[in-house]
Amino acid sequence: MEVVPSIRPLLAIAVSALAAFLILLTGERRRNMRELWTILASLTKFSIVASMIPTLLAGKVIECTIISLSPGIALQFRVDAFGIFFATLASVLWIATSIYSIGYMRGLKAHAQTRYFFCFAFALNGALGVAFAGNLLTLFIFYEILTIATFPLVAHKETPEAIRGGRKYLAYLLTGAALVFFSMGLTYHLTGTLDFVGGGFLRGHGSNSILRLLFATFILGFGTKAALMPIHEWLPTAMVAPTPVSALLHAVAVVKAGVFCVLRVVLYVFGPQLLSDLNLWLILAYFAAFTVIVSGMLALAQDNLKRRLAFSTINNLAIIIMGAALLSPSAITGGIFHIAGHGFMKITLFFVAGAISVKTHKENVSELDGIGRMMPLTMGSFAIGAMGIAGTPPLVGFISKWYLCLGSLEAKEIVFLFVLLTSALLDIAYFFPIIYRSFFNRPKEQGNSGFNEASMLMVIPLTVCAIISIILGIAPDAFFHFFQVATLAAKSILGIG
Amino acid sequence: MTTSPFPILIIVVPLISAFLVPVIGWWRKGLCYPLVIGALSLSVFSSIFILRMVMGQGTIHYYLGNWAPPWGIEYVIDHLNAFVAIIVSVISLIIAIGSKRNVEQELPEKIVYFYCLFLLHVTGLLGIVVTGDMFNLYVFLEIASLAGYALIAIGEDGAPFASFNYMIYGTIGACFYLLSVGYLYVVTGSLNMGDLSQILPDLYHSKVVLMAFAFFIVGVGLKMALFPLHVWLPDAYTYAPSAVTALVAPLMTKVGAYVMIRIVFTVFKPYFSLELIPATAILSWVAIVAILFGCILALGQTDLKRMLAYVLIAEVGYITLGVGLANRAGLTGAILHILNDALMMAGLFLVVGAIVYKGGLRNIHQLRWLHRKMPITMAAFTVTALSVIGIPPTCGFFSKWYLVLGAINANRWLFAAILLISSLLNAILFFRVIENVYFEPARYAHNGGIHEETSRDEAPLSMLIPILVVAAGILSLGILSGEIVSNIIRFAVPGDL
Repeated sequence: MEVVPSIRPLLAIAVSALAAFLILLTGERRRNMRELWTILASLTKFSIVASMIPTLLAGKVIECTIISLSPGIALQFRVDAFGIFFATLASVLWIATSIYSIGYMRGLKAHAQTRYFFCFAFALNGALGVAFAGNLLTLFIFYEILTIATFPLVAHKETPEAIRGGRKYLAYLLTGAALVFFSMGLTYHLTGTLDFVGGGFLRGHGSNSILRLLFATFILGFGTKAALMPIHEWLPTAMVAPTPVSALLHAVAVVKAGVFCVLRVVLYVFGPQLLSDLNLWLILAYFAAFTVIVSGMLALAQDNLKRRLAFSTINNLAIIIMGAALLSPSAITGGIFHIAGHGFMKITLFFVAGAISVKTHKENVSELDGIGRMMPLTMGSFAIGAMGIAGTPPLVGFISKWYLCLGSLEAKEIVFLFVLLTSALLDIAYFFPIIYRSFFNRPKEQGNSGFNEASMLMVIPLTVCAIISIILGIAPDAFFHFFQVATLAAKSILGIG
Repeated sequence: MTTSPFPILIIVVPLISAFLVPVIGWWRKGLCYPLVIGALSLSVFSSIFILRMVMGQGTIHYYLGNWAPPWGIEYVIDHLNAFVAIIVSVISLIIAIGSKRNVEQELPEKIVYFYCLFLLHVTGLLGIVVTGDMFNLYVFLEIASLAGYALIAIGEDGAPFASFNYMIYGTIGACFYLLSVGYLYVVTGSLNMGDLSQILPDLYHSKVVLMAFAFFIVGVGLKMALFPLHVWLPDAYTYAPSAVTALVAPLMTKVGAYVMIRIVFTVFKPYFSLELIPATAILSWVAIVAILFGCILALGQTDLKRMLAYVLIAEVGYITLGVGLANRAGLTGAILHILNDALMMAGLFLVVGAIVYKGGLRNIHQLRWLHRKMPITMAAFTVTALSVIGIPPTCGFFSKWYLVLGAINANRWLFAAILLISSLLNAILFFRVIENVYFEPARYAHNGGIHEETSRDEAPLSMLIPILVVAAGILSLGILSGEIVSNIIRFAVPGDL
């Protein structure tokens, strides 16, 4: 594979760190200027990331080595198909979230907005670093930056509840990070390297029992961020964060970074061959399948809209991990593609929840009667996102589920086909009541039920995301070449073509 | 063998200046400070020069009064002490600048005596570092300690008692050290470290040598506050003036750790403490208890300074653990941690000094609003705290990385686990403080109507710049740690490990 040296990965990461400091210097007094930095940084970031896609599609890899950190380990960025996939997703959605955040934070007259935008930019810095990291140590550095930068965002409201949420978030994620730290040390001890290799590099190092232990600590470590059950508890609690945070970080950047890291470990550290030798893939797949079903059921029981979405997120994250664990070409492609598909759909749903709460201060599903008449665009987008997550064609969710189902057949594990179908039914069961209530029930309190949408700064991003999830369902390669890149990543992992 | 006058300059300059300070202070009080800065700057320059020389041409020898060893006193500088000498001289310069205002505020009557003792203490520490003679080391150890007792005694209420306590413990430690030097002299007839390491291997089975080794460890353990010989430390460092704690806390224990590394790995061969007697194994267990003990006791403190004193006990544990692991990675971690911990402690205690200077209270529950009052100081505090926790890319992470690696290489999984648990405990410790500094749940309390707006009241530049330099050092030395390890520490670790 041809390697192209380039500084672009570093620039793409650094641009939001730079923006973060500009935001801090500009401050609350000149808030339009401060927001300008956020928007500019998100656009620049996306264009740098997008400029790398053609090189990747040509089958090349972009590399950027900064400095040696420890014998045999460098601070190195290595952009491969899988990395660019996640980076594109995160940077596109950051643009949408930036615009939405401005509407949301100003709509609520929130305090400490400078800190909010500072941390947000820093979190994105972490997310892209995770995407581009060429080895485990680099990945870990940015993983931790992401964790720490998100803490002030979770606790943003500074109510006792928010602070508890923040503490819980830190407790889970730092414990997970400690496990990752240990696993990383053990990996280095066994192999003397930490560089990712498509198809894994651990094979032939260490005894089977050590490798099994290593796998467990890795998955438990990164699994905290990916909210695998039973270590998912922080995610519903973290829903006390402002909605844009939940939208971008708890639907895309943070949790997806967790999933991304799990997939990196499964596919690029252990590799399909070793996992099938040790029979670990099946255990991981069952573990994920358990999460899929249980979180789907728990979502049914939530009345708070954001908590329901949180459980739905847990459900979908587990689906992605399950896909990767099945190790068949279609399942890996479907799993990777679902990272993007779910990203667009779930961010739409969270944006809707935020728009509702800014406009009407309602946060519970049971209060949503008739809200579709008041906010048709918003709830229409919600319906699109919800149906997409349930896997209705022609939405983007259908494509990924189709490939996942195919993949479970390819892996000759029919159980997982049923898990996927059951989860689709559960999706319908917890989303459709919301759609029904909002469009077909009459509002409980009379008056003021005419057209009354939230600020355009919020409505436009959420409708755009909904529209993109339709377009991606019809043409999965539209705009960002997501499907092509996902296929490319799957191929490089499995060593085909 | 190279002979160069620089090793002696590093000590003579501060020593002579220490005697000039009272003379000049008697004439003009205001001239003391420039003299101290000048002397310390010269030390910094010569230590940097020495490090460059060592890196270029290897170990430097200097014969005091041209008496050839083993009869005369010889100063030997290799990579290890060149490295520690730079740490001592740079940190003491930073502290001298950063604590000027504290001295003026807390000890207005005693500035002259303070600076005299300050320089004597630094002279002692630098002397310990550069000397190659066991008895000469004792002399410098006592210079540093006696100056230290006096410095601590000029603190707030309780300081004289704490200092007296420290003096008793310190003197016992010095006695143990002197006894063992005597024992070694009796059996070998030499006091020169290089000479001793040649003669001793034949005498390793002698009971006298065994006794001497044990006394060394106890004596040095007392000086570096290694658990359970740490009893003097919390009181002494809490009650000492801010400027004194900021000087003594980062350096005294680190220099003690250096002496331990010298004795265990240079004077005695690693073979002695590794295979002949289980000294390193015992040390590592003691270190583990120290780490846990320090962190857990720190949890119970509400005085920020006292909490940091207990954290320091845990940090000493880290370094000792690296020594106890006695493998390349572990010892690399220990030596790197001497640098990192010196920086972190300097940063933390400088911040405490700044808080105290601005009239703030040291109780961690009374730090509220500080992020409004002193945003820059608190940002630096946060960076330093993250480093103590071990969040990459701060330098604290990298020493932990080598220590964990060392523990795994030595097959001591429990130690790796304890190291990670201590990171989590540190996270609790410091996030508790950070939460208090940044979040304001009081606003939501029932009687929170009194909106006490705190205006910005940042520390003066002479404090702010050193604090920022340390914070920047913590970030950049983290990234540069690979270079430090491969250019300096790699040579400081004995080759037969």
